[in-house]
Amino acid sequence: MKILQEFINAAQDPVIYARENNMEKKKKLIGYCCTYTPEEIIYAAGAIPVRLFGIKSGIEKADAHLQAYSCSLVRGIMEDALLGNLDFLDGMVFPHTCDTIQRLSDIWRLNIKTTWHNDIMLPVKLDTQSAREYMEDAHAKFRRELGAWMGTEITDDALKQAIALYNRLRSLMKRLYEIRSANPEALSGRDMYAVVKGTMVMDRKDAADLIEKLVAELEQKTPPVQGNARRLVISGGICDHPEIYDLIEKTGARVVWDDLCTGSRFFEGLISEEGDPIKALAARYSNRTICPAKHASLTLRGDNLVGIAKEHKANGVIFILLKFCDPHAFDYPFMKKMLDDAGIPSMLLEVEQELPSAGQLATRFDAFIEML
Amino acid sequence: MSEEIKKDAVPKVKSIKKMREIMTAYYIDAKTARQNNKKVAWITSGGPVEPLYVMDVIPVYPENHGAMIGASKMGVGLCETAENMGYSRDLCSYARADIACSTVNGGPIGGLPEPDFLVCSNNICGTVLKWYEVQARYYNVPLFIFDTPFCHTEFSIEARHYVEKQVLEYIDFLEKMCGKKFDQDKAREVLDYSYEGQRLWREVLETARSKPAPLSAFDAFFHLALIVTLRGTKTVVDYYTELIDEMRQRAADKIGSIPNEKYRLLWDNLPVWYKTKWLSDKFASHGACLVADTYTSAWCKQLDYIDKSDFVKSMVDCYTMIYLNIGVDQMVDTVKGMVEKYDVDGIVMHSNRSCKPYSLGQYDIQRMIQKATGVPSVMIEADMVDERSFSESQIDTRIDAFMELIKQKKG
Ligand code: SF4
Ligand code: SF4
Repeated sequence: MKILQEFINAAQDPVIYARENNMEKKKKLIGYCCTYTPEEIIYAAGAIPVRLFGIKSGIEKADAHLQAYSCSLVRGIMEDALLGNLDFLDGMVFPHTCDTIQRLSDIWRLNIKTTWHNDIMLPVKLDTQSAREYMEDAHAKFRRELGAWMGTEITDDALKQAIALYNRLRSLMKRLYEIRSANPEALSGRDMYAVVKGTMVMDRKDAADLIEKLVAELEQKTPPVQGNARRLVISGGICDHPEIYDLIEKTGARVVWDDLCTGSRFFEGLISEEGDPIKALAARYSNRTICPAKHASLTLRGDNLVGIAKEHKANGVIFILLKFCDPHAFDYPFMKKMLDDAGIPSMLLEVEQELPSAGQLATRFDAFIEML
Repeated sequence: MSEEIKKDAVPKVKSIKKMREIMTAYYIDAKTARQNNKKVAWITSGGPVEPLYVMDVIPVYPENHGAMIGASKMGVGLCETAENMGYSRDLCSYARADIACSTVNGGPIGGLPEPDFLVCSNNICGTVLKWYEVQARYYNVPLFIFDTPFCHTEFSIEARHYVEKQVLEYIDFLEKMCGKKFDQDKAREVLDYSYEGQRLWREVLETARSKPAPLSAFDAFFHLALIVTLRGTKTVVDYYTELIDEMRQRAADKIGSIPNEKYRLLWDNLPVWYKTKWLSDKFASHGACLVADTYTSAWCKQLDYIDKSDFVKSMVDCYTMIYLNIGVDQMVDTVKGMVEKYDVDGIVMHSNRSCKPYSLGQYDIQRMIQKATGVPSVMIEADMVDERSFSESQIDTRIDAFMELIKQKKG
């Protein structure tokens, strides 16, 4: 499909794509590595937010800055930066996520000469009035600082336009997921992921336009079917491995939804288009499906996952966790228990950026899926 | 070529006995709290404890308990229990040991008393947030999160307001938990004791500026327990007052913590609790004394931020500007300051796989310090509680090589 090709190109080598395609647009490019980054403000400022995924193998230079017990995502991003691959970025923002990202920000600031470096110190708990107020203040601060650096005022109108665009983008992406949940044959897991990943480095308006076409095309040609493939949900942080989807599909099963940072956690939660845009944005970031580095309630993440599994009639859940990722590792036992209690089987796959052999993985997936 | 350490060359520190008594009494109090109608709160090591003392709540520190588990070499067993519960081996070993301990009442004191509520401040790490969520689910008790935005390069006005509001919310929370009002007079008294305790702790540590140092980092690891657990009480003030006298006397008598101090080193990161004796002896065999460390001194850095006339503001500044909640470059400044203050010949960095906020950035700190001061450092890969991450022969060789370097440099 021609529409897909653009996403596939962008996802294949996001760094090269971001550099070459976006630079033609003469827009500033701002790197980030966590979906708590208020992309909407960056977009409203006339810049393009570029999510970083990191180099996957041959990490050497980063070893002089980060111990081997840092997650491979962070080490891969640092390697990319040290190699000079990210020199094209005009700025880099680090929202408060996990301990590793926090230190990555420091190490970056001390070693990489990005023109603009910004730490967005969001609240970690989201369930109190004062935390919500601080969420607004932190967004307002970011707007002020970004505007000052870019030499423009980021107006309410610009913010509202960006918000409208992101609402459209997120709704469309969700629609795409729904089409696939209804008919898992509509789009392969690999292609679905390319759309998500590609979006994160493309000009968001182009991405939204393309997804709109894709949705229209798929809606036309693929009526919902009730196949008898086993239906799976993937849960974790980032799953930057299209091969995993291929291997799962080879067993005959299909991934019908996810609870991933590169997936539903990016698109769930629309922004109110009424009233003060900063307030609306802050509310979205306080209410969106949380990542484990944030706190909203003691069981929210488990409730959410069980809810997803039920809603999408999943036969099982695969946790794909990145080794050395503390927040996710802490949540795994209770989330697994909640799935167990709901009668939903699950398996855990711990990966680094470099995957174990395809044979090994296939055996594990086969064993799990056979059990369902 | 290392000299034999003459075991009896150094007279024992008398205060140690008293310290043991105080800690025993403290844990007995905590374990019998229910009988005495007192509430128990579990709190993180960087958490604002003063309000608990104001409210007569007994604070219990899972991290201090973790240290005891490590020191009594019970860490591996408990960590393995946690791993069997599904917690990855890569998680902080304090957290793993504590989570496991709750289910088996293990460890050197048969587990901690059950909490009535939990107080967690993320000023030391994000790990404690996740760990306390686990415990809040397990014990089904309220959890108060004291959220302190990280200060990479600044403590912004916005963050300051947020933390300020939380101090008030914390007090509200305690009033609800305890069913009584927060007593402002008592608050002043507790803050005074807290200030005084930290000031004295700083003096205790500073006695190590004498040559030879009457107190080593390994001694400090031991005496630290009081400023952590009983900060805000008179007990701490009395104990450290005596300890200072004893240390000053030893300094006057030229009694060093090790028999023959030739080299002075600085320790970075948490102790390796199950190997303190081994490490101390190892360095002593080279005539090297670890005269200071970044860890125990973190409990007096807050002094600069206490404003005795303003309880709320003191809580805001003290607890947000804590050592692990600041940027790597500010940590470098602290280390640099200590290198000068204690006239240090080298730095021993414990790269602690449990503790990412403390350890990530150490490579850069190492380079920046070397550049700024010329002081060399060595990196020891280990873990504070989980012995499986300690390779004795490798560390032995590494320390020997490092000491050779120091000897050559210093002559
Ligand atoms: S994968 Fe985990 S440890 Fe790594 S950056 Fe993301 S949250 Fe942090
Ligand atoms: S050792 Fe480090 S990670 Fe563990 S609780 Fe302490 S500060 Fe947090």
